[in-house]
Amino acid sequence: MSLWQKHAIFEKNSIILIIGVLVMISIGGLVEILPLFYLKSTIEKVEGLRPYTPLELAGRNIYVREGCYTCHSQMIRSLRDEVERYGHYSLAAESMYDHPFQWGSKRNGPDLARVGAKYSDEWHRQHLADPRSLVPGSIMPSYPWLAKTELDVSHLGEDMNVLALEGTPYTADMITKAAADAKAQASDEDPGDLAARYPKVIARNFDGRPGAVTEADALIAYLQMLGTLVDFKIYDDKANLR
Amino acid sequence: MAQSATIPAKGGSGGPGAVGKSLTVGELGLGLAAVLMAFFSIYVAAKAYTPEYAFHAYVFAAASIAAVFAIGNRYMNRDAAPPAQFIDGKPNYNYGPIKFSTLISLFWGVAGFLVGLIIALQLAFPAMNFDLPWISFGRLRPLHTSAVIFAFGGNVLLATSFYVVQRTCRTRLAGDLAPWFVVLGYNLFIVIAGTGYLLGITQGKEYAEPEWYSDLWLTVVWVVYLLVFLATIWKREEPHIYVANWFYIAFIVTIAVLHLVNNTTVPVSIFSPKSYIVWSGVQDAMVQWWYGHNAVGFFLTAGFLAIMYYFVPKQAGRPVYSYRLSIIHFWALIFMYIWAGPHHLHYTALPDWAQTLGMVFSIMLWMPSWGGMINGLMTLSGAWDKLRTDPVLRMLVVSIAFYGMSTFEGPLMSVKVVNSLSHYTDWTIGHVHSGALGWVGFVSFGAIYCLVPWLWGRKGLYSLKLVNWHFWVSTIGIVVYITSMWVAGILQGLMWRAYTALGFLEYSFIETVDAMHPFYIIRAIGGGLFLAGTLIMVWNIYKTIASPEPAESPLGNPSLVPAE
Repeated sequence: MSLWQKHAIFEKNSIILIIGVLVMISIGGLVEILPLFYLKSTIEKVEGLRPYTPLELAGRNIYVREGCYTCHSQMIRSLRDEVERYGHYSLAAESMYDHPFQWGSKRNGPDLARVGAKYSDEWHRQHLADPRSLVPGSIMPSYPWLAKTELDVSHLGEDMNVLALEGTPYTADMITKAAADAKAQASDEDPGDLAARYPKVIARNFDGRPGAVTEADALIAYLQMLGTLVDFKIYDDKANLR
Repeated sequence: MAQSATIPAKGGSGGPGAVGKSLTVGELGLGLAAVLMAFFSIYVAAKAYTPEYAFHAYVFAAASIAAVFAIGNRYMNRDAAPPAQFIDGKPNYNYGPIKFSTLISLFWGVAGFLVGLIIALQLAFPAMNFDLPWISFGRLRPLHTSAVIFAFGGNVLLATSFYVVQRTCRTRLAGDLAPWFVVLGYNLFIVIAGTGYLLGITQGKEYAEPEWYSDLWLTVVWVVYLLVFLATIWKREEPHIYVANWFYIAFIVTIAVLHLVNNTTVPVSIFSPKSYIVWSGVQDAMVQWWYGHNAVGFFLTAGFLAIMYYFVPKQAGRPVYSYRLSIIHFWALIFMYIWAGPHHLHYTALPDWAQTLGMVFSIMLWMPSWGGMINGLMTLSGAWDKLRTDPVLRMLVVSIAFYGMSTFEGPLMSVKVVNSLSHYTDWTIGHVHSGALGWVGFVSFGAIYCLVPWLWGRKGLYSLKLVNWHFWVSTIGIVVYITSMWVAGILQGLMWRAYTALGFLEYSFIETVDAMHPFYIIRAIGGGLFLAGTLIMVWNIYKTIASPEPAESPLGNPSLVPAE
């Protein structure tokens, strides 16, 4: 009996009630979240990963803006059918530079974690502008405005500055050259030393239009690099068993 | 609490221009803050990086200017003395902000359900995207989820919490301008967030899409909300804090914690709508679903359980079934819910130990969830016959039944092997909607049907027959919706993993999309029925308020029977 009466302390003092609530809700969150920041096994040791180039970052922001994550996951689960359909299961390391993560929760369309280099730029251009012209049963919206909208590269350096502040290894050199690098990556001309800053970078005129850098350039550049940085021929599964 | 400093009821003609009237600290402070906000917003708008952001800055400026005028207008028209705390020994309850929240929740509800219907149709008929950026699926889907959860659900929670805390504490709502600041400020947040989605301003985190400046604004509003709620409790005339208020407090406090941690973000510039979340990759995923699942647990469950704990006993005329059960399930629910997030990340790159923890606690969560269900349903002991005659009570009871069903289905789907089939499919969508439409929707409708006659001093609703129609049309809608999504989701999951006799994947992805088409149409019909039911309700509420029936005794509700 007396134990039940002791509960009255929560019922008569709102501050004690709030403290009780805070204690109860803190435990689970702390136990599940904090270790992810210090357990070394959380993020696999992998070769080949690098931060996004300015153009890819701009493309990723368009991906976020258009809500692509509402229909496309970027997380191949470690299940036989998914690995056979999409490729090697996704590693935590592969999204370590993703602010925010875009793993998604629903597949109205297929997973995109390894869509990079699977289709040609021209395929992406046409598919974004009119998906049903390539896949008759597709239920994806058309995005004809992407190829018509010029990309604003003027603030990309500021974006990268913020990401550097949050731990992404962007150097001062990368940040000052952000706008120029974005333009260089979207053109067919020689991108200079772009690959020195961003290994494995693909530089070409993604939207097929001479001159202007469009949002389609950025989005296709992003899609074409998704899941391509890690070489799974040399990746050692066993070394990262968790 | 010994709050005996009863301010005497205003005497005689204290009309406009009464002697001794002066600006209160609140009026002066809020007015000045609004003036500063207006200038600051215009400055930001002038230097904004994008026209979309400039638009939002102008919305803030317009809202600030409107606030200055509203405060001035209110000052001109109010009495010199503050509103009485008691009139003839009875608390002088403050219903104004509650009325506003109640009515606007109906507006957002209809809007949110309508957008839901549109995106359901877009999945069946992609031409409905009309090749326009502002109404393409990816932008409308967050608009739908935010409109139903935060705009509809949020306003129902504001309205009911402000009502319940006053009545169960037998005291007037604390604050003069503060309650209005909360309801109006919250709805400004909704407008900013919603228009932002259409314009492409989003953080890209599910159920936390609003960008940094909307988040900051919500934080200010939310702190004031907590203070109003607490200050009302502090001056209560009842010794105990009623169980519904425990749940409201857990909801307000936990949502604040979740909101702050999940939205820890650094803006690119004060002139840019864009920000980057400090968390990344796997940690961001864990933080996001810790947030996401507890938006369900504390916004859509704890908050609405509070509604259940007040409105079901009131409408049934019976005390809450078990006081002890309410204690156990309250503490167990808030302790266990917070662990459940990782079940959204089974078989992903989240470490296995976290996945397993999430699964185990999700399964255990079944028990406190059903504790709440049992406490709600058994409150009808001795009053079950009322289900035959009272369609409002029927709506409340069916909402608890849906709560029980979806809190059984949830733990089931959190089991890893089940999740390997259900995840990424429409089964999840069906599960969410059995909780959202059946539980949150129906308990909200029931509460609004109770509240409106009480707030506007009407004897009863305009038509119980229309409530009955609403109940059946919407119930059929829900059943059509969730059954179609069960079939669609399981079919989709099975097709993705189907193998031919030779060991190849049997279906291409597009074949699984094709297979969904009939179910997407059936789902849209179900959603359409649910919307139709809501429109019946809106008409009923309108007629109830518009009816010229005189207010007999707005305070005449029988007081609660204390829990045993």
